[in-house]
Amino acid sequence: MKSTKFGKIKSASSWNEKENSVTPEGVFNDRRNIIKALGLGAIGASIPGHVQAGLFELFGENKAVDPFVTQVLDFTKNSAFGLKETLTPMQKVITHNNFYEFGTSKTDPVDNAQGFKVDPWVLKIEGLVDNPLTLDLDDLTKLFALEERIYRLRCVEAWSMVVPWVGFSLALLLKKAGVKSSATHVAFETLFDPDQMPGQKSRLMGGGIHYPYIEGLRLDEAMNDLSFMAVGLYGKTLPAQNGAPIRLVVPWKYGFKSIKSIVRIRVMDKQPPTSWNQLAANEYGFYANVNPEVDHPRWSQATERRIGEGGIFSATRIATKPFNGYGEQVAHLYKGMDLSRFY
Amino acid sequence: MRLSLKHLLPIKVMLHLLAILPFCYLLFTVLSERAGGDPVQYIIHYTGMGALNALVAVLLVSPIAKRFKLGVLMQTRRLLGLYVFGYASLHIFSFLSLDLLFEWQLLASEIVKRPYILVGASGYLILVLLAVTSFNRIRRKMGRSWQNLHNSIYLLALLAPIHFYWSVKSEVIEPSIYLGIFICLLIVRFKSAKLVKKTNVASKKVKVV
Repeated sequence: MKSTKFGKIKSASSWNEKENSVTPEGVFNDRRNIIKALGLGAIGASIPGHVQAGLFELFGENKAVDPFVTQVLDFTKNSAFGLKETLTPMQKVITHNNFYEFGTSKTDPVDNAQGFKVDPWVLKIEGLVDNPLTLDLDDLTKLFALEERIYRLRCVEAWSMVVPWVGFSLALLLKKAGVKSSATHVAFETLFDPDQMPGQKSRLMGGGIHYPYIEGLRLDEAMNDLSFMAVGLYGKTLPAQNGAPIRLVVPWKYGFKSIKSIVRIRVMDKQPPTSWNQLAANEYGFYANVNPEVDHPRWSQATERRIGEGGIFSATRIATKPFNGYGEQVAHLYKGMDLSRFY
Repeated sequence: MRLSLKHLLPIKVMLHLLAILPFCYLLFTVLSERAGGDPVQYIIHYTGMGALNALVAVLLVSPIAKRFKLGVLMQTRRLLGLYVFGYASLHIFSFLSLDLLFEWQLLASEIVKRPYILVGASGYLILVLLAVTSFNRIRRKMGRSWQNLHNSIYLLALLAPIHFYWSVKSEVIEPSIYLGIFICLLIVRFKSAKLVKKTNVASKKVKVV
């Protein structure tokens, strides 16, 4: 397997040494291009343009779309949120995504999101706040000092990654807007733009979700230190398939809570509806806290496949921890609650 | 067009190629890293779809052979059936090796906890029995019970799409289409079986007269 060539990122004593050894994005893109050139260039040289486009479609590539551009970010590493776990290589983080707006397979997002436009972007913070905010693309990276945090990401499908996110605390944003005392919950909404997001246009591609995708947190969850607004990963702005230009990251909850490409944050005084809960309430609750004790109705949540470095046989099965290992920070939020009922 | 035995070899070669090609494509996409950063789910899904499509092909043979009077085609069913078994085996092996990483205890608990795995596993059990008894010698030995056993492919034709439908998170359109296809293939058989019965009865009456 080619991926075994990706740099050794064995957990070092200091978590922030690791990512220097990860294959740089440039090299990764070059590799994709080389494969394209070798594999299809040779065949395609004598074939008319429209047929070539068809060929690329056959191989799941987008025809003639420039790759989505990401930029290097200025940030500091927040050592309070470091991890002594092996990072998932960037190449895997950006090619294995659940982002049904771009299709339901894991590679649909990277294949279909390259032409995604994030400029101009408008993010509104509204509802029960003293100063409603309207942020543009520039504001997202300039409003607050950016920090890097390494978080575990646990998908409800029982696989997991370790990702170095760049962004700012959600609490900072909410404090800037000034949350009113009557507020109890925060609702989030993904961009609705069927022209750009094929999954929103076709039910077959979008997996039956009612778009726009919506998510929500209790106010105390949103104000928790861990709740993070990510604008980048691996030191650069977010790739489109990972939720550019801004997404939520709540690492103690299943991945579907970490809503992508957010255009609206609404502070409310009641629990907002959430997309997966609307679709199958018996399978996906509002809280969706990672919990090895409470199985998904159709599969076990006791263990997870950790996607690390190396080829497909190098993944490991590890025991899933309550709150994805963040119990110390968040368990008190759910004191006295029956977590098998409020799953 | 009339097909005779001398056409059988080229037809079989063509079917072999058609059946192997998707597997080559899978190898190509995975090895060239076109299947994403963690192609495990892709491989499991792909091989499962391979088995499902091969099963559709097997069940299409006899209606086509009957409709177009191409009896020779009936002899391609074992070949296609063994590809169903082959892709299903790859499907299960990739689930065991790549997803569960050979944790047998987990497999046991998953079979109990995930009803769709139980359905799939039952289907695979049928496939194993059919594959093992597919040799001519065994077939002869088994006599009439061979056909009875091999009729269980109709049960498989229901278990397989149910397993698919049950396993997906929300994207039910494709599995629904497959379920529809298999139900149609079963209805076609049910109807022609009835027809055969009727004509048998009719011809008997004629004899009596």
